[in-house]
Amino acid sequence: MDPEVLNAYFPLYIQAFWLTVKIGWLGIALSLVIGAIAAFTLHFRIPLFAKITAVYVELFRNTPLLVQLFFIYFALPKIGVSLSAESCGVLGLGLLGGSYMAEAFRSGLDSIPASQTQSALALGMKRSQMFRYVIFPEALTISVPAVVANMIFLLKETSVFSAISLMDLMFTAKDLIGLYYNTTEALFMLVIFYVVMLLPVSVLGSLAEKKVRYRSFGV
Amino acid sequence: MEEILTVKKISKKYEDVDVFSDLSLSVKKGEKVVIVGPSGCGKSTFLRCLNGLETIDEGEILIDGEKLRQDTKEIYHIREKLGMVFQSYDLFPHLSILQNIVLAPVRVQKRDKKEAEAEAMELLERVGLSSKKDNYPRQLSGGQKQRVAIVRALLMHPEILLLDEITAALDPEMVREVLEVVLLLAREGRTMLIVTHEMQFAKAVADRMIFLDEGRIVEEGSPEEFFTHPRTDRLKKFLKSFAYE
Repeated sequence: MDPEVLNAYFPLYIQAFWLTVKIGWLGIALSLVIGAIAAFTLHFRIPLFAKITAVYVELFRNTPLLVQLFFIYFALPKIGVSLSAESCGVLGLGLLGGSYMAEAFRSGLDSIPASQTQSALALGMKRSQMFRYVIFPEALTISVPAVVANMIFLLKETSVFSAISLMDLMFTAKDLIGLYYNTTEALFMLVIFYVVMLLPVSVLGSLAEKKVRYRSFGV
Repeated sequence: MEEILTVKKISKKYEDVDVFSDLSLSVKKGEKVVIVGPSGCGKSTFLRCLNGLETIDEGEILIDGEKLRQDTKEIYHIREKLGMVFQSYDLFPHLSILQNIVLAPVRVQKRDKKEAEAEAMELLERVGLSSKKDNYPRQLSGGQKQRVAIVRALLMHPEILLLDEITAALDPEMVREVLEVVLLLAREGRTMLIVTHEMQFAKAVADRMIFLDEGRIVEEGSPEEFFTHPRTDRLKKFLKSFAYE
């Protein structure tokens, strides 16, 4: 490996890194919002909306992100909706992630026994208070491991963004290899940057898991 | 003494099956009423109707002179007057013992947190659990959890305590520690409506016994009459099922 090459590539990777992080986390933020709303409609079986949500979840969980991105990037403009590549990336990741987060949140909500609801209501809580102080915190505790796993999964999925010409890490690596044939250095940097991006999430995620799980389950 | 709870001819159906019909009952302030009966006789459902966790189809329920109405916001206010403890304790697993106890007083009754915590600690002390205040529910035994659940209900300053088979899920040696707390509260003159299968305890705590079967009050009376001279065959048979000779 040539240190000079690594040095020369570094700024390009840094740039790509921040773009990937930005789109990745905006996508995750969107997926959390979509997931929460979807889980709510599923859990409470809100008429019609629950059906629509179920179709959405199945559709996005059972198609590859690449296909979803192509659809958003290439097909939507045909019906007059043109988005920048970055917005497409965020939207694609948000929709894919939303379908996974929906299931994570829903399983948390579904696992709260009805007796918890009764006990909260018997204490005079209004429904809004019951959700805020009892049901949601408990459901979230149960959802955390799945949510963290989904976050890592989504950050890794950003590697297909190069297909809609976003200059993310993967794009940069492929581009540099195509231009200069320094395959070893380019791929080495690629691995390093992905690890730098994901390792903190993984570590913080397991810490968060431990903390909430310990409180409720002791393991 | 004044009546604090009046139940007038209430009926409830699940689909087409009567859970109970034409049930009437009145409870005076400070009175301890124990309801016994076979499983599925509607006693738990009856308790849950009193604080509106279940709806009734006919009749009316007055609590402290106030009519219980499911469809209004008043229901939340009325529930504060009725402390309820369940068979499965139902502490909130994500909150510590102290947080479990003060949650409703602080959030629902908007009481000062410091003051609520101080009172919670006093009550925890009395049930012998003040050292557990920072523990989480999973770290406590069933009997300890149930004592916490009682304290949690008490801190709302309810007029009436509804105890729904609170020892049914406990190991035999833990039953006593919970029932002793209830006896303590009984001696303080609290109004209580108790559903239980512990006949010895019922005898010790009750001012009045009620035998519920198939949604009807079959027999009612003082514990002495009730246990030693049951009038109906149905009650005789029921009481016999608890005896081993």
